[in-house]
Order: sequence, then structure tokens, then C-alpha cells
Amino acid sequence: MSADIQPATAAPTLLSVRDLHVTYPTDAGPLEAVRGVDLELGARETLGLAGESGCGKSSLATALLRLLPRGAKVTGEVLLEGEDVLGMKPGRLRAVRWTGMAIVFQGALHSLNPVQRVGDQIAEAIVLHAKGKGPRAATRVGELLELVGMPARRARDYPHQLSGGQRQRVLIALALACDPKLLVADEPTTALDVMVQAQILRLLEDLKEQFGLTTLFITHDLSTLAAACQRIAVMYAGRIVEEGPAHAVFDAPAHPYTRALAAAFPIIGDPAFRHNPSGLAGDPPDPRALPSGCPFHPRCPVMHEECPRVDVELWPAGEGRRAACVEVRA
Amino acid sequence: MSAVAAPSAKRIAWLRRRRAAAAAWSDFRHDRAGMIGLVILILFVAMALAAPLIVPESELRAINALDNPVWASPSEFSPMGTDSLGRSVWAQFVWGARISLLVGLAATVMAMLIGTVVGVAAGFYGGRVGGVLMRITEWFLVIPFLPLAIALAAVLGPSLTNIIFVIGITSWPSTARLVRAQVLTLKERLYVDRSRALGASDAHLMGRHIMPNISGLILANTTLTVPIAILSETTLSFLGLGDPTSTSWGKMLEDSFQQGALTEQAWWYYVPPGLGVLFVVLAFTLVGHALEGILDPRLRNAPTE
Amino acid sequence: MSPRYVIGKLGGSLATLLFVVVFNFFLFRIVATDPVANLFRGRNLTESQRDELVHEFGLDGSLLHQFWAYVQQTASLNLGRSYSTNETVVSEILDAAPATIWLVGVSTILSAVIGVALGIAAGWRRRSKTDYAATTFTMTTYSMPDFWLGMLLLSLFAVTLGWFPVGGLQDPTSTATGPALWADQAYHMFLPALTLTLAYLGEYTLVMRSSLLDTMREDFLVLARAKGLRDVVVRNRHAVPNALLPVVTLAAINFGFVLSGAIAVEAIFSWPGLGLATYDAINGPDLPMLQGLFLVFSASVIVFNLLADLLYAWLDPRVREA
Repeated sequence: MSADIQPATAAPTLLSVRDLHVTYPTDAGPLEAVRGVDLELGARETLGLAGESGCGKSSLATALLRLLPRGAKVTGEVLLEGEDVLGMKPGRLRAVRWTGMAIVFQGALHSLNPVQRVGDQIAEAIVLHAKGKGPRAATRVGELLELVGMPARRARDYPHQLSGGQRQRVLIALALACDPKLLVADEPTTALDVMVQAQILRLLEDLKEQFGLTTLFITHDLSTLAAACQRIAVMYAGRIVEEGPAHAVFDAPAHPYTRALAAAFPIIGDPAFRHNPSGLAGDPPDPRALPSGCPFHPRCPVMHEECPRVDVELWPAGEGRRAACVEVRA
Repeated sequence: MSAVAAPSAKRIAWLRRRRAAAAAWSDFRHDRAGMIGLVILILFVAMALAAPLIVPESELRAINALDNPVWASPSEFSPMGTDSLGRSVWAQFVWGARISLLVGLAATVMAMLIGTVVGVAAGFYGGRVGGVLMRITEWFLVIPFLPLAIALAAVLGPSLTNIIFVIGITSWPSTARLVRAQVLTLKERLYVDRSRALGASDAHLMGRHIMPNISGLILANTTLTVPIAILSETTLSFLGLGDPTSTSWGKMLEDSFQQGALTEQAWWYYVPPGLGVLFVVLAFTLVGHALEGILDPRLRNAPTE
Repeated sequence: MSPRYVIGKLGGSLATLLFVVVFNFFLFRIVATDPVANLFRGRNLTESQRDELVHEFGLDGSLLHQFWAYVQQTASLNLGRSYSTNETVVSEILDAAPATIWLVGVSTILSAVIGVALGIAAGWRRRSKTDYAATTFTMTTYSMPDFWLGMLLLSLFAVTLGWFPVGGLQDPTSTATGPALWADQAYHMFLPALTLTLAYLGEYTLVMRSSLLDTMREDFLVLARAKGLRDVVVRNRHAVPNALLPVVTLAAINFGFVLSGAIAVEAIFSWPGLGLATYDAINGPDLPMLQGLFLVFSASVIVFNLLADLLYAWLDPRVREA
């Protein structure tokens, strides 16, 4: 078992994840997307989670509120403010959703209900969690929209009438509707162009400050995390392979995969970057056919002879840092 | 065995095709519904083909049935009783299968040929030609099938070829639409452009690139069109527009209705042909869906959950 | 929905309708080399009878002349006279229409409502027992000839059990009027309506199920659940409205088609509507009736396709507020 690391701050732990496993049933057998992840988030902290598509980060995010599709299995422990989420009764779970923790989804076209006005979709959450009804809800919707930099009258619009950036703002406003303590942002800037990305990131920063939010920021783009987070965790093949203070991880990565992610220079507007943010040859491993030993070894530029045989774990790699690489152990 | 020299492109292509067929057959085997459908189909087709061996054709003629009891139930006259003229229902059922299946298949083949030609042409050439072709196709789709078939059949006169023609000429539009859509997506693919840049002729492109890639779609669609053709033949025959000289399941239903089998409660006359149609149509549909799942490139990548 | 959109669709429909009229003319005149002989095969016509018929059908004179006469007549709603009853085709059609509209209308609504409900139940719990049962049931009813199902129902419930009448619109011996009459007619309509409903609900079930499965893949449903909504609410308030859009169009289009699809069923139940009229006209063959009925059936499909387009545009905000 890996050594316990004390959070860098003395703030109370808001989210505690222990040995999380997520398995999907498929026609070709069970697929383990998350293979034992530990995380901790203290109040007002921002933790960044980086990794390419298929590493399990989105499964992790949806698992936290038990939003996985029917048939998927989640094991382990998820404590939100000390309360066990995985064992909650359905009624309690529904109450905690959006009020305890809310998710900012990626603003793709169908992330919002296409046949419902965006204002109504925000109001639905407000009314559901008894934060207001009727006119009061409408006023609150207006306030939330202005908070994210949109005119209140846009509440009457349908999702297809908004640009990508505006949709993202609506999703952020929606996420804040019930004053959640924990915000999970799952690729909030991925579908946007660079200028808008910067605006959204700045918006999120301001809101975090204003409301003292605790945030889990998930993305494939390591560089955005470096500025926005206090700590960063890097995921590969369903496990965390490195974690530590943001600047340390970004400036001096301990794991070769993180090094690749940090060194990649995306061509502006290049959609291929999203699918291969590390610039490394090859693809992430198929979860049903993982390489032996360290799952990264087939793509690793500095692979050692022992790597296919060693069961890597998160070993200490400096002050408040851990990495799952044999080089760290040496 | 052994090829010392590197295998030719042709051999590689053939091997790949064989492997794809083997994979498809194994997929098909595992699709239980598809297998059940296939078994049912084989049984009925075998029965239809072996009709002369099962029941002599002479039993269909009323003149040979003069000694038979009329409206005899299956227990009185096995295996399926008789009609108001004393003719053996079993004989009609077995021989009727031939016509029902024949018309269904022939009409479908006709519809497929026309539909594929129109669809490929409309998709490949686009522009004016494509536009006109699609207009015609859309128009056919708007006209309700039964009135059109009735009108055509009434004017052309009842005969076997006419009924095949009528069903074929009214069924091709949906295939054309499907094929055109697929051709359009294929046209966008890089290799067609590259081939054209290398100077390939239209015929080459259509033959080598387009056709092989839509053949799976066409096969699946064909299998799903046959049931429609069979149901159409059944309805048209019931209405009196079928071939008066032969018997089909639809004709059996017409005869049973006209002869008053309903009031005579002679269920053995109208239940079997309907069941025959039901099972054959169901079988073709199951097989067709199974094939679609395997061959249709659009459905290939659908997520399982 | 801009006026331009509506006018565009309207124009398209009119063009199609015009094409049908032209086609109608040429079908009955051109396809047969000698229309009179072909249509009256099996009947011995004297020379004068022949000439009279030729003149009556406007078959003397040049083709263009005939065509123009035909267009003029159709435009003034003169569709000729029925050969068998000698009443005008228009009056025969108007007499028969209400019975069919009632039968088909009620059946379409019932099959749509029941079919959609089944489709939702099947799709939301994919691969469950409910799903397999619903899918099997609908595939079976969809694979049988609709009139054969009618024969089965008729023989079981009317002939054997005697619970329902064997055919017709109403009891010919009764002198009831008003509500009592309507009740009697509804009683007579029960079996044919049941037949059509069962025969057509399969399509709605399959389409709704498939549409719902497509919708269930969308991200906004995860969002809806994440907000804390109950499963039923997510299904009914978010999934179903999106999945329902294609089904609504289907229902509208279907009504146009079912109008002509009830021909065989009406024949089985002797239901005095447009279907039975067609059945009788075939056995004539009653050319003017067939021509008139073909026009009516085609026109109804065109009209309902237009309504379906407009309905969809109105319901889907993506098209409405484009």
C-alpha cells in the first residue's frame, strides 16, 4: 500500500477517495477503467487531474456521484465531507447531488437538453433543491447568468442558439446554482478556441475566489493545470502515476509520462492534440489487455530492463510528491 | 503450401475477404435470433423447392377433388383439411409457398437492381442528374403503395409477371435512398479522391471502391425488403389482383374469404397461410437484422452500452 | 417558423399533387394500349357500347385534348361517374369517407399512444424482460398481414364467441338514432379498429424504442441525473421529449398512409369506407372510381406529409427558432 501523504494545507478534507475501482460490462468482458485511485481534496483547494483520453479520468469524475451507466460497478470509498457516497441511500444521494458536489461538463452541443430553454434547465436545479420557486428562481437564474458574464435575458434561449463559449458559461452557472462546496470541472475548455479558453479559465478563477470553492479540474492539457491548481495528479491506464504541488510537477516532472505531457507544444487549434497530448508514439493501452509490470513501459522513452516486471506503486518523490516510476525509487 | 514470393495484392484481398466472411459467420452464429430465422427460412425454402415431391400438383385442381369431402377439418382429411371445393389445403399450402416466395424474391431482386442503380448514380454524380433522380425517388415514396399497386395491377391485368413488376416498381425507392446516402459518405473518403487524382475512370471507381463497400448494406437491405414484398403479394392476391392461374398464400386467403371459410369456421383454410406468411416474414426480418448488425458500417461502431 | 418555410413546403406539396394528377391520367390511358378492352375484359361489348364508352372516357380525340379535358374536370372536382352505381365519383367518395376517417383516426391514435408507451418501457430498460417481451410482441404483429389478423379476430370474437358483430357499420334492422346509433356504430367498429391498432402499433414501439436508445447516449441525460432528479423524471422530462420528435412526425405521416392501408381490413369487416369502395371498384373494374380513389389516397398522403413537416418544425425548437 502506498504511504499516506498529509495534505499540504491544514484545511479539513472535503473529498476523500480511497482505492476507487470502476468496471464497465462490455460484450467482450468487464473493462476496468479505474484501477485503484486515491485522492484527497482539502477545503478551498484546487486539484488538477491530467491524462489523455481513455485514462479513466472522466469515469472517475462521474463515479464520484454514482452517475455511471447502469451495470457499471464502483468499489472503494468516496467520502464527501465525511459522508460515504457509495453507500448512500438513493434519496440522500439525490439530495447531495448538485448541493454537495456539482459537475461542470464539457460544453458540447448535446451537453444541454436541446428542446428546453437554458434558463429553465438552471431553474430546474434550483427548484429541485428548494432554493427558490417561481419568480424567485427566475431572479436567481438571472443572477447566475450575470455572474458568469452573460446577460440575464439569454435565459430564454435554446442551447443551439448559443456559441460554445456561452454554452460553457451556462454550464458553469448551472453548476453553481445550488451553492455546491465541491466543483468538478470535466474538460471545461476542451471544445473551445484558445481565446475563449482563456476567458473561461479566468472566469473559473474568479468564481473560485469569490465563493471559496473546492475544485477538481480534469483535463488533458497539463499546461492549463499548472497555473490554475495547487496540486496536480496525473492519470495513466486507470491509475495515478504522479502527484504533487503543481509547479513542481510541471517544472520538474518525476514520471516520464508527465515529462512528455509537460513538454508537448500544442499547435494552436490542432484537434489532434486532444487525442495525443503527450506527443508520444503509440496509443494508451487497452484496459482489457494491459502490459505487464508498468503499463507505460511500451511507450516509455527511458524504459529500463526491469520495467515490464515491476509492479509499480506511488513511491515518494520529494516534498509532498509521489510518482509510480522505478527511477524515483533509485 | 508456400509462397516464396510475397503474396499478391489480389491474394491478400481474397484472404481478407475470407477472414471477414468467417468473422461475420461467427457473429451471425452468436446472434441467436438470426440463427432461428435462418433455420425457419431453410425449412420453408426446402418445402417450396420440394413441393412436387411432397404433394403432386394435380391435387390443386378442383376436378381431381370431386371425391373429397368439402370443408373437411384436418382430423377428417389430413393433414390440413379441404376447402369448399374439396381441394386439399395442404397441397395449396405447399404449392402456395412456391409462388409467395418466388414473387417475394423476384420482386425484391428487381427493386434492388433498380434501387441500387438509381442510388449509386444519384450519389455518385450528384448535381443535376442526382437531383432529378432523387426527385423521382421522393415522389414514389410519397405515393401510397397499395393504391398505386392496385391501379397498376388493375390496368396491367392479373398475371405472375405483372405482380412481380408491380411490387418491384413500387419498392425500389427506399433502397435507392439508402444506397445514395451511403455512396455520398463513401465519396467523401480520401481514397476515392486519391484514386481520381491518379486518373481512375468513373467505372473503375464505382466498381472497385463504391460497390464493394455498399454490397454489405445492399445484402442486409435486400433481406429486409423481401418480407415487405411477400406481404405486398399476400395483400394484392387477397384483393383479387394476383395470378388467377396459380395459388399462393395470399390467394388461399382470398379463396377462404370468398368461399365463406369464416362463417363455416373452417380455420384450417385461413390460419395456415397466414402463419406461413408470418413465419417467413419474421424469419427474413431476423436474418436481415442480424446481417445489418454485421455488415452495415454505420451500425458497426455503435457503443454497446 | 418563417412564413418562407411554410410557403416553401406548401409549394412543394402542391407540385407533388399536380404530378399525381398528371400521373393518374397517364396511368389509366397510356399503360394499356386499348384501355376500354383492357378494363372491360371478360365483358362482351357491342360496337355501339364500345363507341359510347370510348367517348365517355374521353378516349376519342387527341391525347392532348383528352389530357386537357381531364385536367379541367379534375380541377372542378368532376371525377366522373361510377360505373357500377352511376352516382358521381365525388359523391360516392364523400359518402364513404367518414367511416374510414373514424376507423383510421381512432386506430392511429390508439396505436400511437400504446405503441409509444411500450417503446418507452422497452427502451429505457434495454435488454430487460419487458424489452424482450415488447419487442417480440411487436415484431410478431408487424410480420403478419393486417387483414389476416382481422380474420382471426373476426372468427374468434364474432363468429365463434358471438361477442361482436361480423361486419357492417350498424345493425341493419335497428331504427336507433343519435347516441344509441353512435354506440351501435362504435360497437361495430371495435373489431376492425382493434385489428388496425394491433397491426400498426409495432412500428411506433420499434421507432420509439430506437429513438429513446439514441437519446439515452446523449450527455444531457447524465447532467439531468447529476442534478439529483429521480430516474422517472429524467426519463419523462428529458429523454422522452427529445426521443418523441421523430415519432410525432411518423404518426402524422402514417395517418396519411393508413387511410389507404385499411383497404383489406375494411373488406374483411364489410366496413363501408373508402377501403371497401376500392375493393368493390377493383372487382368491376370501375375505372372512374379507381382513378378518383387513387387521387384521394395520394392527396391525403401529401397533405399529411405537409402537416407532419410543419408539426415537426413547430415542435423542434432547433428548426422553429433557426
